[in-house]
Amino acid sequence: MTRPIRVLIAKPGLDGHDRGAKIIARALRDAGMEVIYTGLRQTPEMIAEAALQEDVDVVGLSILSGAHMALVPRVREALAAQGLDNVPLILGGIIPEADHAPLRELGAAGIFGPGARTEEIAAFIRQLVNVKPTLEDV
Amino acid sequence: MLARLLNGDRRALARLLTRIENQDTDAVAMLTALYAYTGRAHLIGVTGAPGTGKSTLVSALTRALRERGRTVALLAVDPSSPFTGGAVLGDRVRMRDLAGDSGVFIRSMASRGGLGGLARTTRDMARALDAAGFDFVLIETVGAGQSEIEIARLAQTVLVVEVPGLGDDVQAIKAGILEIADVLVVNKADRPGAENTVRALRTMLELGHAAARERLRADFTVEDRVENTVLSDWMPPIVQTVASEGRGIGAVIEALDAHRAYLRSNGHWEQIERRQLELELLHRLRDGLLERLLDQLSMGEIGAVIDQVQSRAIDPYTAVSRMLAETTMMIDQSHSER
Ligand SMILES: Nc1nc2c(ncn2[C@@H]2O[C@H](COP(=O)(O)OP(=O)(O)OP(=O)(O)O)[C@@H](O)[C@H]2O)c(=O)[nH]1
Ligand SMILES: [Mg+2]
Repeated sequence: MTRPIRVLIAKPGLDGHDRGAKIIARALRDAGMEVIYTGLRQTPEMIAEAALQEDVDVVGLSILSGAHMALVPRVREALAAQGLDNVPLILGGIIPEADHAPLRELGAAGIFGPGARTEEIAAFIRQLVNVKPTLEDV
Repeated sequence: MLARLLNGDRRALARLLTRIENQDTDAVAMLTALYAYTGRAHLIGVTGAPGTGKSTLVSALTRALRERGRTVALLAVDPSSPFTGGAVLGDRVRMRDLAGDSGVFIRSMASRGGLGGLARTTRDMARALDAAGFDFVLIETVGAGQSEIEIARLAQTVLVVEVPGLGDDVQAIKAGILEIADVLVVNKADRPGAENTVRALRTMLELGHAAARERLRADFTVEDRVENTVLSDWMPPIVQTVASEGRGIGAVIEALDAHRAYLRSNGHWEQIERRQLELELLHRLRDGLLERLLDQLSMGEIGAVIDQVQSRAIDPYTAVSRMLAETTMMIDQSHSER
C-alpha cells in the first residue's frame, strides 16, 4: 500500500483571504493527499513547528500580500531551525514573473500563479516527493 | 530512536508517529521498545457531532492544563475521503494559540481505511505520545459512527460535546453517544437553549443510568465498563462552556480530575486497562492466527472449494470445518518441524 503524501498548507502574512488556500487544500485532497490546513496569519515559526509535528512531505504557502520576497527566506530559516532543511517549499498566489527566479534561489521549489491547474500542482508535488529522499533515517 | 524519544526529541516523535501511521515494518520494533514507558498519561477521548466546537474546546482545555503545569499531546482525527483516500485536516486552525509551546504537541491524522485499523493505529500513536512523557493525551474524533466508540474505548475518560438547539427533544441526541460519555459538555452555551439541553441530557442520563444500575447489580463485571461504559456509581457531570471565550473550562478540568480520581480510588483504572489489554491481545491473536491459516491455503485451493460449494457437491459448513482441520494440522506440523 502506498502511503498518502502529507502536505501542510499555510497562509503566512497579514492578509485575510484564505479562499485560494482552501481551494488548493481541497484539490490536493481530491488528488489523494492528506492536507493539514493551518489557517490564516501564520508566522514562519508556527509554520515550521506545524511542519515538524505533522511530519509533512511538502509545505505549501499561499501568499497574496506581496510580501513573498521577505516571507520565503524567513520560512526557510524557520524550517532549518527545526532541522527541516530538506522539506520542499512551494508557493501559490499572486507572484510577479520577475520574482520567480530569485524566489527559487531563496529556496522555493515550485511557484504557481492563480491560473495554475490543480492537476499540475498535484503532479509537481508527487514528483517532488518521489525525488526527495523522504524515508531517510533521522 | 527510543533514547531520543524519551529525551523529548520532537522530530524523533513526529517521525515515529508517521511510521506507526503508515504501519511500517519497523514500527513494531519501536513500539516494543517503548511499551515499558507507557501507562502514565491520562488518555481522554473528545467526541461530538461536526462543528460542535471540539477543537476550540480542546485548545482551551490545553491552555488551561498548561497553566497548571501539565503537558498535553493532541491527536485530531478527521475522516479520509472514501473516493480518493485524501483528506483535509483542519483542526489546527482552532489551535493557533498553542503555537510555540514545547509542552504541547499537536498531530492531525486521517482515518484512512478501516475501523479496526484506525483504532489500532490511534492506540499505538497514543502510546508513543504517552512514552514521550505527556501528562495528557487528548484524542479528538468526529462523532459520526462506530469509529468514535472504538476510539473512545482506548481512553480512560470520554468527553462528549453537545450544543444547544436540541430543545427538549431527547431524540435529537445520537443514540449510543451518551452511553460512552464520562463527562458531558454543552458547548456554545452563549446560544439560546443551553439550559434546556442540559435538562434533556440529565433526564436521559438518569433514565439510562437507572437501567444500567439494574443490569450491573445483577451481573457486575468490569467488562460492563468497556462494553457499555456506564459504570456503577459514576454519574457523568454536565458542564456548560463557551469554548471560544474560554468560559467554563475550569469546570471541565475539575470534571476530568474528578473522573480520574474516581477511577483511581476504586481500582477501576487498572481494571479498565486490563480489559483493554485483553481485547488488544485477543485481536492480535486473531489476526496472527488468521494470517497463518491463510498462509497455508493457496488461492487455487480456496477456488477449488468454492467450485464444489457452488455445484452443491459440498455445503459451506462442512467445507470450512474440513479446511480448518487440514490447515491447523499443517500448522501443527510446521511447528514440530521447527
Ligand atoms: N458561539 C460559539 N461558537 C463557538 C464556540 N466554540 C466554538 N465555536 C465556533 O464553532 C465553530 C466550529 O468550531 P470547531 O472547534 O472547529 O468545531 P469542531 O467540533 O472541532 O469541528 P469539526 O472538527 O469540523 O467537527 C467555529 O466557528 C468556532 O469558532 C462557543 O462556545 N460559542
Ligand atoms: Mg475539529
